[in-house]
Amino acid sequence: MSDTKTAAYICKGCGLGERLDTAQLANLAESEGKCAITRQHDFLCNQDGVGTIRNDIDNEGVTHVVIAACSRRAKTEAFNFDDVALTRANLREGVVWVRPDSEEARETTQEMADDYVRMACAEIQYMHQPAGNQEAGSNKRILVVGGGVSGMTAALESSKAGYEVLVVEKTAELGGWAAKLHRRVPTREPFADPQDAGVVELIKAINDDQNVQVFLNSTIVRTSGAPGRFSVDIGTESGTTTTENVGAIIQASGFRNYDASQLPELGFGQSPDVVDQAGLEELAKQANGKPIQRPSDGKEVNSVVFIQCAGQRSNAEGHLPYCSGHCCNTSIKQAMYFKDANPGVDTVVMFDDLRTPGNGEDFYRSAQRKGVIFTKGKPQGVNKNNGQLEVKFHDMILDEDAIAKADLVVLATGQVPNSGADIEQLAAASDSEDTQNENAELTVPVDSILNLNYRQGPDLPHLRHGFSDSHFICFPYETRRSGIYTCGPVRRPMDIAQAAVDATGAALKAIQAVENASVGRAAHPRSGDLSFPSFRKEGCTQCKRCTVECPFGAIDEDEERYPVFNESRCRRCGTCMGACPVRVISFENYSVDTVGQQVKAVDMPDEFDEKPRILLLACENDAYPALDMAAQQGLVYSPFVRILPVRCLGSVNAIWISDALNSGYDGIMLMGCKKGDDYQCHFVKGSEMAYDRMGKIDDTLQQLQLETERVVTHEVEITDIHRVPQLINEYAAKIDEIGMNPFKGF
Amino acid sequence: MNTLNTAMVEKYRNDFLKEVEENVEEGHWVKMCMQCGVCSGSCPFGPDWEHPPQEIFMMIRAGKRDEVLATESMWMCTSCYNCIVRCPRELPITHIMHGLANYAHRLGLAPKMNPTRRFAKIFWNNIAKTGRVNEMALSLKLYFMDGFASGVKKSLAMAGVGLGMLKTKRLNPFTLFRHKGVEKPKQLQAMLKKAKEIEDRRKGLAS
Repeated sequence: MSDTKTAAYICKGCGLGERLDTAQLANLAESEGKCAITRQHDFLCNQDGVGTIRNDIDNEGVTHVVIAACSRRAKTEAFNFDDVALTRANLREGVVWVRPDSEEARETTQEMADDYVRMACAEIQYMHQPAGNQEAGSNKRILVVGGGVSGMTAALESSKAGYEVLVVEKTAELGGWAAKLHRRVPTREPFADPQDAGVVELIKAINDDQNVQVFLNSTIVRTSGAPGRFSVDIGTESGTTTTENVGAIIQASGFRNYDASQLPELGFGQSPDVVDQAGLEELAKQANGKPIQRPSDGKEVNSVVFIQCAGQRSNAEGHLPYCSGHCCNTSIKQAMYFKDANPGVDTVVMFDDLRTPGNGEDFYRSAQRKGVIFTKGKPQGVNKNNGQLEVKFHDMILDEDAIAKADLVVLATGQVPNSGADIEQLAAASDSEDTQNENAELTVPVDSILNLNYRQGPDLPHLRHGFSDSHFICFPYETRRSGIYTCGPVRRPMDIAQAAVDATGAALKAIQAVENASVGRAAHPRSGDLSFPSFRKEGCTQCKRCTVECPFGAIDEDEERYPVFNESRCRRCGTCMGACPVRVISFENYSVDTVGQQVKAVDMPDEFDEKPRILLLACENDAYPALDMAAQQGLVYSPFVRILPVRCLGSVNAIWISDALNSGYDGIMLMGCKKGDDYQCHFVKGSEMAYDRMGKIDDTLQQLQLETERVVTHEVEITDIHRVPQLINEYAAKIDEIGMNPFKGF
Repeated sequence: MNTLNTAMVEKYRNDFLKEVEENVEEGHWVKMCMQCGVCSGSCPFGPDWEHPPQEIFMMIRAGKRDEVLATESMWMCTSCYNCIVRCPRELPITHIMHGLANYAHRLGLAPKMNPTRRFAKIFWNNIAKTGRVNEMALSLKLYFMDGFASGVKKSLAMAGVGLGMLKTKRLNPFTLFRHKGVEKPKQLQAMLKKAKEIEDRRKGLAS
């Protein structure tokens, strides 16, 4: 610590010089902030300003830098000094832009700026320059699990980008479901006729690729390690195992068909002439362009009814509640198998809502032109009568019950993801095992795909309906296990075209992961961050909260139940730090102290000043940018608020809250991302954890005889630009109403 | 029963969609309907139709031949073209409605007393005779189509309008006796006859 030298730079540009007393800020940095060097500059982000800082670092031995200028999200390229510890006091977006330029506002505005300088100086004293990850692995090979269209595309794309790829396929052949298709939905203009599935070419490309190594009849027996240094045991059917080292994993384990035998009311299992879509592909493959024959007696099919949404989009027990996305286009394609062979065949597609994604609308039109009949109806049952099937249905346009006769009935059933074991269920099962040891031999209902030896379970967490958790819009391929990416129907139901796009995206993510891992940097969303968590073993009570609450399964436990941080798996959210009851977990540049000291550094006016203080802990991903944008739009908010960005609400440690209340803050606001099934938290579970913890704070508040409104939590989206200042102002009014914190001045 | 109708029933059996496709003006569009219902929602007479267009298209596909051809629905169409403008599949719905009405009429299945059908007949006979509409004769024929008493009643109800038109020379009672048509009405009639022949041959309706 002896060679620490702190310098503070106060910018006077962007109106800061006119609105604020920067000399006073410089004084504060020197006296209270203990900065060895303080400089004011008219335009800090210009060449001269940046040069000044650079010179002080190079020639004056400055190791810690405070820049009091604009938001930490602005001018990041100019203020990019990666050889020192650096913090920013937000005087522009945080102070002058959100305050009116008037004489009466001058005093409170200056107080805001003073406090932000105090906070930055307090923070920097506890910050260290991150040394980088010591356990970085530099293996850049990519493992693809699954040899279907998704897997093969991911493998080829990775290979084309220059990475070595291993493909593990459970069956004896590559190709997956697509190989079983007679034809596929068209991908080219004019989107009018089914086209060749193209799987043969894809398999040939894989086999010809020197960069791609294929393991057939193989599964993953065990996966351990972290991005850049995964160790994977690949087991073959015969029982032999090879161990391979890879840098990242793409899980393209695809889907299996919904079990149509659960639909006896639609005739499946009752008559061989009721098939699912996969069954019809088989028939079409056999016929190979000639008229399709029905399975029961080999008679040429003259009439066929397709029942859409069979066993899906329904909340009935055993049905899939979601839409599988591809089945409308698939039925249209299959109806064309009949029409193209013989236009005289009656083909009826019975739908409730016909949904044709991609260019399917043209395909749908083409089928109508070919004479496929589309009937909006709800099927009520399928029966056999005199050697012919009868589909009873309610015609929803004519509002009447009707019967359609058919030689063959095709059920458009849905996709069920192959996402491996449900680790939450496993955890629940093992908990109940602990209590009652009767069912000790509890069998896992589904085979694991990855067999991770992580503390959190052998597979990726599921989100809804058994699909792997992977945010479907904001960060689609990301999973909650760093370095492991999902693509294709294991992520959400999709067709071949979508799966190919998906696979390409996942390949790019995997490449990012191995590149980041090799230099010890974090992956999304704090990509490039070199810091990582460490803990003081002496203080640890082995409570396991960090290992349980880490959203990314980055922390394992050693034999003595101490946490083992796998730095390369860590996303640097700090949820472990927020969880730790004894506060032993910290990052070099983000710790209980760096935030805690900022909380305490704020100058606390006494009870009679009528100047309350509100602490706002804002998530740096959505809430803080929203506040910045509010400032850019010139929206004004209360001068009594002090905003402190946090990596994720999950990193908020309860000690900050109690410290803040003890040191006299009148209210504390927390702003984080949306939680729940449609979460927007960049760290998936962080904001949920925060809500959980803050729920428990109410009791503490009541014990202290404090109003529960003293601590409030809000879900904020990045687009809530107008809402955020409003929330602050409403809360300031609320504080006015309930009065000052009685602990002030103690 | 109309012989043409019998022939058609024989020819198409249960495939009413195909019959419509091959015999009704713009009938080949019916299969392209995607049942969104925008036509029915856009029709100013929508609530008064027994079967709005969307439903008629569905009935055709469901093979409800008798119900479709006997309904008054398509006779309600006022040719406002709202449905054509709005149809996302660009079906010429107005034309299909008229085509269906015309087909039903030719098969002898159209509702006999439907006023639109009767007016259309009166209008056609009137204009086809001389090549120009004889307004005086058309109005009188229309007023008196339900008999003398109701004709007098309707005429009296419109007397004010009629006198006003007379005054402003918008109506000439003498045209009842001397109506100026096209120069050679005989030739016009020959042309119309030929056109019908060609159309019938094209549609296979020649009998």
